[in-house]
Amino acid sequence: MTSRLPPQPGEWIDREQPLDFQFEGVSYQGYTGDVLSSALWANGVHVLGRSFKYHRPRGIYSLANHDANALVSVGSRTNLRADCLPLEAGLQASAVNTLGSASRDYLAIMDRFSRFLPVGFYYKAFHTPRRLFPFYEKQMRKVAGLGKIDPQYREGPTGKQYDFCDLLIVGAGPAGLSAAVDAGERGLRVILVDENPHPGGSFTWQWQRNAEAQERYKKLLDRLHALENIDLRPGTIAGGVYSDYWVALFDQHRLTKLRASAVLIASGCFEQPAVFQNNDAPGIMLGSAAQRLIHRYAVQPFTRGVILGANSDAYRLASDLAANGIDVTALCDLRPEGEPSTAHAQVEATGIPVYRGFTIYQAETRRRGKQLAGVIACPLDRKGEPQPQAGLTLPCDGVAVSVGWAPDGGLLYQAGARFQYKTEVEQFVPNSLPAGLFAAGRVNGIFSWPDQCRDGLRAAREAAVYLGQPGVTELDSVTHQGPSPSHPYPIFSHPGKHNFVDFDEDIHLADFKNAHQEGYDNIELVKRFTTVGMGPSQGKLSNMNAIRILARHNRATIQATGTTTSRPFQHPVPLGHLAGRRFHPLRRTPLDAWHRQAGGQMAHAGSWLRPEYYGPADQRDQSILSEANQVRQTVGLIDVSTLGKLQITGPDAAEFLERIYTGRFHKQPTERLRYGLACDETGTVLEDGVIARLADDHFYVTATSGGSGAFYRELLRWRQIFQLNVQISNLTGQLAAINLAGPESRNVLKDLTSIDVAGDAFPYLGVRRGTVAGVAATLMRVGFVGELGYEIHVPASSALHVWEVLADAGRPFGLKPFGVETQRLLRLEKGHLIVGHDTDALTHPAEADLNWAIAKNKPFFVGSRSLEILQQRPLTRQLVGFRLADADVTPFPKECHLIFDGDTIVGRVTSIARYSTLKHPLGMAFVQPRLASPGSQLHIRTAPGKSVVGEVCSLPFYDPENLRQQ
Amino acid sequence: MPHRLLKFGFSDHHPEPRMFREVSQLKPEYDAVIIGGGGHGLAAAYYLGKDHGISNVAVLEQGYLGGGGTGRNTAIVRSNYLTPEGARFYQASVELFQDLSRELDYNLFYSERGHFTLAHSPASLRTQRWRAEVNQHLGIDSQVVYPDFIQSQIPQIDLTCGGHQPPIHGALFHPPGAIARHDAVAWAYARGADRYGAEIHQQTAVTDIEVRDGAVIGVHTDRGYIKTRKVLSAVAGWTTHITKMVGLTTPLVIYPLQAMVTEPLKPWLNHIVVSASLHVYVSQSSRGELVAGASLDPYELISSRSTLDFAESMSGHLIDLFPCLPQVNVLRQWAGMCDMTPDFSPIMGLTPISGFYLDSGWGTWGFKATPISGKTMAFTLANNRDHDLIKAFNLSRFERCELVGEKGAASVGH
Repeated sequence: MTSRLPPQPGEWIDREQPLDFQFEGVSYQGYTGDVLSSALWANGVHVLGRSFKYHRPRGIYSLANHDANALVSVGSRTNLRADCLPLEAGLQASAVNTLGSASRDYLAIMDRFSRFLPVGFYYKAFHTPRRLFPFYEKQMRKVAGLGKIDPQYREGPTGKQYDFCDLLIVGAGPAGLSAAVDAGERGLRVILVDENPHPGGSFTWQWQRNAEAQERYKKLLDRLHALENIDLRPGTIAGGVYSDYWVALFDQHRLTKLRASAVLIASGCFEQPAVFQNNDAPGIMLGSAAQRLIHRYAVQPFTRGVILGANSDAYRLASDLAANGIDVTALCDLRPEGEPSTAHAQVEATGIPVYRGFTIYQAETRRRGKQLAGVIACPLDRKGEPQPQAGLTLPCDGVAVSVGWAPDGGLLYQAGARFQYKTEVEQFVPNSLPAGLFAAGRVNGIFSWPDQCRDGLRAAREAAVYLGQPGVTELDSVTHQGPSPSHPYPIFSHPGKHNFVDFDEDIHLADFKNAHQEGYDNIELVKRFTTVGMGPSQGKLSNMNAIRILARHNRATIQATGTTTSRPFQHPVPLGHLAGRRFHPLRRTPLDAWHRQAGGQMAHAGSWLRPEYYGPADQRDQSILSEANQVRQTVGLIDVSTLGKLQITGPDAAEFLERIYTGRFHKQPTERLRYGLACDETGTVLEDGVIARLADDHFYVTATSGGSGAFYRELLRWRQIFQLNVQISNLTGQLAAINLAGPESRNVLKDLTSIDVAGDAFPYLGVRRGTVAGVAATLMRVGFVGELGYEIHVPASSALHVWEVLADAGRPFGLKPFGVETQRLLRLEKGHLIVGHDTDALTHPAEADLNWAIAKNKPFFVGSRSLEILQQRPLTRQLVGFRLADADVTPFPKECHLIFDGDTIVGRVTSIARYSTLKHPLGMAFVQPRLASPGSQLHIRTAPGKSVVGEVCSLPFYDPENLRQQ
Repeated sequence: MPHRLLKFGFSDHHPEPRMFREVSQLKPEYDAVIIGGGGHGLAAAYYLGKDHGISNVAVLEQGYLGGGGTGRNTAIVRSNYLTPEGARFYQASVELFQDLSRELDYNLFYSERGHFTLAHSPASLRTQRWRAEVNQHLGIDSQVVYPDFIQSQIPQIDLTCGGHQPPIHGALFHPPGAIARHDAVAWAYARGADRYGAEIHQQTAVTDIEVRDGAVIGVHTDRGYIKTRKVLSAVAGWTTHITKMVGLTTPLVIYPLQAMVTEPLKPWLNHIVVSASLHVYVSQSSRGELVAGASLDPYELISSRSTLDFAESMSGHLIDLFPCLPQVNVLRQWAGMCDMTPDFSPIMGLTPISGFYLDSGWGTWGFKATPISGKTMAFTLANNRDHDLIKAFNLSRFERCELVGEKGAASVGH
């Protein structure tokens, strides 16, 4: 059986290109240009899916990307909408959320139980007894949800695109096309998007038999195609409008991020359902869906139909159906007065009986609801209540509903428009638009195509003026003429409770009454309690009726009842499009290749990769210890290029540093280093590093590898606040740094550098500029690892050369490279803390024995006020060193194990090393002050019921007289 | 099918009463006024009636019930906090939550899923161990787990993050971690509060608070003036508006926080998965939607607008963790406002203004505390002294610099 019509003018299908496809395992044929729904309908398949809750059979309803009950899976992709899924050769689709198939779904039994499952039923049961809830929840989760995810699905990254335009127009219907052509002919750069594969909007379904309209459509397209500055993008959804007209456009392939100077929304309206018993049966559809089927896909929606109407559109629809050979049994007009326009006469001329003041009271189905058998129509009384006792039975296999519209206003709301409910059109219409935002056409309450074209022109002219175009003739605003296109209350109660308001979620009219009775009497509460509008179509076919119902229950106006908040996205969009290609910077030092070749075990450190140590992974402890011994005994070399390296220059440089750091810098001599400690406003230790003064107005500052990025941003922020004359340059990537450390380091270096490295010429905490291995370098005498050492900063491009020259020169001394884990051990032995490792989000300097770094009597530095308060209070914890007697205790303590006194937490291990050059395990810990003196016993809990005893030692463990680094 | 549903099938009329009375007029005077009809305010009203017999209470809500943070969060409940003060407080909340559906006779869909906080670095794993150690000491079920265990529990996760991120070294696993139907929590407390006599007034905005000689004497609303000696501010992102009315300075700053939800899918993710490094937390609701949230927006803003940047980065991070997701559709994104404190702990209890009580500083962690904040704030109002569990959270801690550092346990790690 096929219901494909003879070729229609302007049809979207290509009859030269038939396609084979499958649905639920059965083979069918359609055409290129079909969507899955139209091809199935052409093949006589009317059950396209099942509803979410009651598993009722559903067919085509809108054919406009709102048919959330006709969701299918194709291969690994799921929750695809059959009403906008392009047909492809070999497509194999199956309905989601069925037990069986769309035509035979065993879960249809849920419909029998529907009276036991009223609105919010799940809040009223299943929670007692408590132990049973997990069982119930598991069952409910199984029946809820729609498509099944394929855990094996993988997808390569999708690209993203940036774009710019003067005017974005959303919707290529009569208004949008007219606007685009007018703006384009003025020379504006226009992007015109439409979610359909072809432009035209209602020209392509509602006005197909109107020669004048088609003539205009063709002319508009001709003018449009003649303009190179109009970028027409069919198949593109404007997903959301964000601040400053930053718009997310989605097409089949990608997300385009568009910055528009102005936005004109001509998105149209969603035709709205009428609510009557069994209004969801396959065969009942919107009038616009029937016309889309006929004119776009040349498919007969039904053979014998009833129209339920309440506007002029319904009458035009009747003539259209009749002209296409469909037997229209009756037109039931909800309005007692009927249609005042000439459309009425045309219908009368075709002989279609018109019942004024009539509604469809209920639909009758056969084959378990899968097929429409007919409807019972009945008159309405003066209050609009149906009078079923006077009902007529009208056999039919289809119903077309044309009772009203709701604006597709989501993008307008998101962009800041306000709407007002206008009774002339019984619709929310934008009444206040922010600068640069324009609305035209049906979304603006304009319903005839010539008026829509005029309204598009009017809006385009306003946009041109806004965009500063000269010589624009502005047009008067267009107003709707004639009867209202929407009925104020196309909603009819029925004891059968299958009169659905929300098809996505199977919510029927009584659910609203019941929710209201329970006190959910605000539109947002109604939404959250009944879940109206929360389904995949986000209420495009249900929100307006929900507002009408609630307004009636509250005896309030529609305006006072209001709408729920509009949020992106206009239609659901794939995570993959939003994600796009992901850029996760991974930073490598200029010596990265060298480290790998030398057997470095590379590990992530923030965004950097660094060698932890050199040697096989199964010899970690031995390798680290051996590298450490080499540094202690002769000399070692470590790549510290990851250090933050900031240059602070300008007349206020010293003043700036005084405000950021706790120390003094005004009188710091040039060629000298000072330790820099920075706190945040709560007095918490934020950063540390060394500060070298290279000239009066020139400082060079290092910061921790992990924290320097955030610290740099913080410095920029403070500079703005302080308004000081200072420049901050982040040289972290531009420069490399190499630390040459160990007793032989001076001997390795002395013949390679232009600098006199003799102890008195270049003392500890000195800084010099010169050359190393012929390369311009800044050298700093630092002692982080506790040995004589030189930190050599050179341009990143020369790092490998300098490193290799140093390594060669060191070979006779037994020089070895050492990794970051070795450095951690060495600094731990020396008692140096690492910010963020030995300190936490609340550590203030006194707790970490850093008070020596805070200058007295400074007028201000960041955190000084908090520290003043803290200094007056007794310490609650102190950072101490401790040692363990035995490296073989098990379980061996780990960092962040807690220290107990009986049942009370008295401390926490911050750093620990099992093997050290000092031959015993050692670590640092925060402990209560009473436990901070050397000799105190620390009970470290290493596992439930197990603890290890450590003994507090004074710091540093190694070289307490600081002789070696001098 | 539970027998409780039978009455619906066999009754001609919907056999459910209004969940709370419709009160048309404000009374001239109340024993206590609660500003904010979200979960916290309604819970406080409920416990004022239930625990302390104080029933002459008005809850004033400028919008609709649960329309602020309560309706915008990602509904995660857990107690694996870092400080003993925090962990004890949230543990008490978890314990109340576990029995709350029964107590309020309303199915809150309190669903214990198990909560993973992923660690992408040794540093992050250290923080997780710290939390686990504190938790275990306090009897909270929480432990550090390693990649094999994570993979066995969440087969779909990619522990290498597609090579886009540092790989996952381990996680803090907290089996009692749960999600709940957040709106229902507000509704059920509203119903409970009403039964103890509290009046709930929606669409009633507080315009000013009258203070005389350092004590609250009344509240101005857009529906008239009411006398009261006790005012509780439970308005989260609007707190700074309220504190301005009484001239109180707090260190609160408002940041937006965003979240999004996908189309419903059949169950495939049972756990709650959090990655601080990727700024993402995600769970699958009972309806089948993936509900995902991020860290705060990087700027202060009093607005609940959505941004595209958020949707993009969140989607990328979700796919880093779950590479099967690219074709899953996002349905909706939204935002809420968070009143952030410097130490990531709330500000609760008495204030320098007599009769003005704060339940604020809820940042990104307020929903899970709904029951216990209600209970402890009710105690505090009734007795005019801070409940033991919230003493550490008093506003005065900032003057004393006695912060309760929970940054390591909030969504972003330190």
